[in-house]
Amino acid sequence: MTDTSAPLVTLEGVTKRYAAITALSEVDLTIRAGEAVCLAGENGSGKSTLIKVLVGVERPSAGRILFDGVPQTRLTPTAATRAGMQVIFQDFSLFPNLSVAENIAMTAERATGARLVHRRRARERAREVLDRIGVDLDLDARVERLPVAHKQLVAICRALAADARLIIMDEPTTALTEREVARLLDLIRRLKADGVAVLFVSHKLAEVLEVCEHVVVLRNGEKVADGPAETFDAASLTRAMTGRDVAETPPEPLDPSASDLLKVENLTKDGAFRDVSLTLRAGEVLGVAGLLGSGRTSLAKALFGLATPDSGRVTLDGTDVPLGDPIAAAGAGIGYVPEDRLTEGLFLEQSIARNIAVGRLEAHASGGVLNLRDLWEEAAEWLKRLSVKAPDPQAPVRSLSGGNQQRVVLARWMARQPRVLILNGPSVGVDVGSKAEIHAIISDLAARGLGVIVISDDLPELLGTCHRILVMKAGVITDEVAGGEGITEDDLSHRLAS
Amino acid sequence: MKSFDWARNEVLVFGVIVAFCVLAAVSDPNFLSIPTLIDLMRNGIVLGILAVAAMVVLVSGGIDVSFTAVAAFAMYTTTVILRDVAPDLPWPVAFAVATAIGAALGAINGVLIAVFGLPTLIVTLGTLSVFRGFLLTFVGTVQISNLPSGMRDFSRLMMIRGTNSDGSFYSLPWAFAFLVALVILTWFILNRTMLGRSIYAIGGAPESARRIGIDVTKTQMFIYIYVGALAGLAGIIHASTARIANPFDLVGLELSVIAAVVLGGARLTGGVGTLTGTLLGVALIVLVRNSLIVIGIPSTWQSVTIGALILLGTGLPAWQAKRAEARAA
Repeated sequence: MTDTSAPLVTLEGVTKRYAAITALSEVDLTIRAGEAVCLAGENGSGKSTLIKVLVGVERPSAGRILFDGVPQTRLTPTAATRAGMQVIFQDFSLFPNLSVAENIAMTAERATGARLVHRRRARERAREVLDRIGVDLDLDARVERLPVAHKQLVAICRALAADARLIIMDEPTTALTEREVARLLDLIRRLKADGVAVLFVSHKLAEVLEVCEHVVVLRNGEKVADGPAETFDAASLTRAMTGRDVAETPPEPLDPSASDLLKVENLTKDGAFRDVSLTLRAGEVLGVAGLLGSGRTSLAKALFGLATPDSGRVTLDGTDVPLGDPIAAAGAGIGYVPEDRLTEGLFLEQSIARNIAVGRLEAHASGGVLNLRDLWEEAAEWLKRLSVKAPDPQAPVRSLSGGNQQRVVLARWMARQPRVLILNGPSVGVDVGSKAEIHAIISDLAARGLGVIVISDDLPELLGTCHRILVMKAGVITDEVAGGEGITEDDLSHRLAS
Repeated sequence: MKSFDWARNEVLVFGVIVAFCVLAAVSDPNFLSIPTLIDLMRNGIVLGILAVAAMVVLVSGGIDVSFTAVAAFAMYTTTVILRDVAPDLPWPVAFAVATAIGAALGAINGVLIAVFGLPTLIVTLGTLSVFRGFLLTFVGTVQISNLPSGMRDFSRLMMIRGTNSDGSFYSLPWAFAFLVALVILTWFILNRTMLGRSIYAIGGAPESARRIGIDVTKTQMFIYIYVGALAGLAGIIHASTARIANPFDLVGLELSVIAAVVLGGARLTGGVGTLTGTLLGVALIVLVRNSLIVIGIPSTWQSVTIGALILLGTGLPAWQAKRAEARAA
């Protein structure tokens, strides 16, 4: 680098201790203007603490923070904002009830100290920022009506309107489809050319690597890797984050004599999907690749009876499965793990054991009275078999990490011994280590003769776990490809988006 | 250009009002007349001021059910003070005292909600009972029909008066101007000041509001004091125009007021609400209360009608939103 000016942000030996726990230990980090840096690490690696220290929410126990080479001794959130540090939270922290213009301009308008609203100035400010990043959004639209990707744009614009010099993006890609990620990367390149620095904080980083100069990996509060982005790839990043090689477990080749298990014929639901036919064989992992809005979730719900198709037929082992009836579907041996396990899949405040046991209440009841001991024993057994790391089965599910929560949902279904399991986005919001373990579980389930349907837009996940992949576009299955080595990610991505 | 949103509550409520008026005019040709209009306006003054106050709280994401008790407390206490201490003071003093008492009681709500962070419904349910009980125990239970001269003077101030064809009088008191002024003031605060936009911001996403540096505690303090002040004013106007101070009045009205606000499109979950909608909601409720009899529906059906309107007015948009969501999934 020929740039000799002081870096925008420098952290020197930053350490943060909470009582006995060291959340950050002697972390060094520099970010220059116009540079994009990846901060990678699994959940609990200290990423969030680092952000909090950087924006003045938490004071470091030791070490120095410098902005433009000037040490910041008593950094407050206000001072950090004034220095141009802006965080874009995973939930974007927008006001859903207000207009795009107002959301973009509010922080900046507040900073002027004006007591009255200057509508025209606010609109001009918003318009300017949108022009600057070359995006056209309706200034009067209510933010709650925007799709996720547009909400993210609004959040980025708001940061820029407040004169951001460093934009810290927390998990920016989790909620986006591949195409939206590509658009985001374009935008990041433009911002960098404009002299704005970006710090990506994520555990799903392979896809942002190409716009980054520089990668820093945290593990257990320590910096374990730091280097130019070119020297990293998905595998080496994962190794650095988890401290071990996470082997992807491709499924065992399918037994050619395996029988047909689930047959879907001409399933149609007006406005969601049309004429979907598929066959799932025992022991097969079948992928459904589709972007948001492709009808993939509606299809998954329809297979499990959560949505009622208008026409078509679903049979399991030759027996009809009643449509639009989840209880009948579950009774027939179909299990469904929803995409949003927090709101649809788990009772967050209830204990881990109860969350597993709830699927098996009727099996352990006699005359309306539950045999609690059997119920708990069975729950504990499944916790062990799916290696859920839980300190105490009576602790609330909320206290578990994303990966372990997903395992609890799986454990609940496994206790019912289903024939077919439908997994919708099985590793959304789960870190790399747990993701590989979930994939291993999928492959293990298939080896035991279950039919598994994996619905996702995470293409490497589908390629790594599925025997076959169906491509779904605008409610129609348009393509069928073999998983594993049969097709490259790029190729699949083209088929999905074209 | 933005397309006109036909599914808005305001449009819906306006449509129902028009339909109601057509029905009433068919049943009674005299319905569409200046006296009817003036009658409605007069009956909407107190309800309107209270609804404006309730709307501000709903927009901020809270709910206040104590404002009727605040209004009754401020109204009756002011009357007693004036009667016993200084019966000859002019009406603006009485109004200022009632407003101040209302603001003080609102500040109690404010402290419990903003400083201690207690849930708004629980706090105001509690204070509703406490304010009312305190009023009846310590201030009095006897209605005062011999009002202090200032309040009597105010009750005689008429903007418009006239005589019906049958010889009876109709009139619109100057109190109506208070409603107009308070609507303008509240509109200005909500839409033209950063404070007002902060109220909307807090109602939309409290955590986000804190993150961009909005002082949620201060803003909530303002809201509950403002609501208390408006309630106090509504109370004294009620007593002055009715020419009687009855400590048992007003309490019980809170649900009708909140119903009017919700009919006008304010969301119980906060962040959304307009004054236009609120006033239309008030107009509809007043219309139903006063004129149901004209279209041949017995007055005992009043609450059923109001209830059905609420179910329709809030249910229809919610149902539409749900359908739109289902289509988008």
